Amino acid sequence: MFRRATTLLRRPLIGATSRRFSTDLPAAAVEDSSFVEAWKKVSPNVDPPKTPLAYMKPRPATPSSLPSKLTVNFVLPYASELSAKEVDMVIVPATTGQMGVLPGHVATIAELKPGVLSVHEGNDVTKYFVSSGFAFIHANSVADIIAVEAVPVDRIDANLVQKGLQDFTQKLNSATTDLEKAEAQIGVDVHSALNSALTG
Amino acid sequence: MASAGGAAPFWRAAGMTYITYSNICANLVRNCLKEPFKAEAISRERVHFSLSKWVDGKPEKPTVRSDPTEH
Repeated sequence: MFRRATTLLRRPLIGATSRRFSTDLPAAAVEDSSFVEAWKKVSPNVDPPKTPLAYMKPRPATPSSLPSKLTVNFVLPYASELSAKEVDMVIVPATTGQMGVLPGHVATIAELKPGVLSVHEGNDVTKYFVSSGFAFIHANSVADIIAVEAVPVDRIDANLVQKGLQDFTQKLNSATTDLEKAEAQIGVDVHSALNSALTG
Repeated sequence: MASAGGAAPFWRAAGMTYITYSNICANLVRNCLKEPFKAEAISRERVHFSLSKWVDGKPEKPTVRSDPTEH
């Protein structure tokens, strides 16, 4: 009796793949009406289960005028550093260089390299050293920055950084296999970035 | 970001995945922290697991590991 249910259940999913950008989502949460109808045809006595669509919070609509502040969510795997904080600007260490993000920035996904992330709010600047991660900037001036490890710059020990830099430069010179060279190169990159974070 | 078909980053060319690269970077940063923070970070990232292989439907003696993440 329920053999056709799987084909009927599959139909809304096919409809969903033709959805366009997430910024086009409606501002109010909708119930999946085609799914509910198809369910009622097959089993009218059982209540339709909620589809993932019913649980999704609607994405806030892109405002038509430029918002004055950027909302930043800066998260780490073990903690949430900044959660929906309204700031003026963040400078993000993208692989393509330091990228300044202001309210109204075009939607971007940037991969981060080891470097300094600075959050500017009025006259305060808070700097974090980020090991690597991603920055997602949405069209509605919300920036989600995710990093594996991020520390305030004053927690970095300069001696350990110098020592690490020397060690890895040596390893880079004596490395034989591709993998060893790559690891040594990563070491040199990270320690040089740490060094410039301390001095810059 | 590299254009489609552009040169892969050096770690990808050497056969490393992004997760491995990211974890190596994070470990290097943790090792360069000042004292109380460094100990906290290392203890936070410690993993503890027990692994046992199954042979002929029976588990062998489990190995219990509690390492700080080395690379």
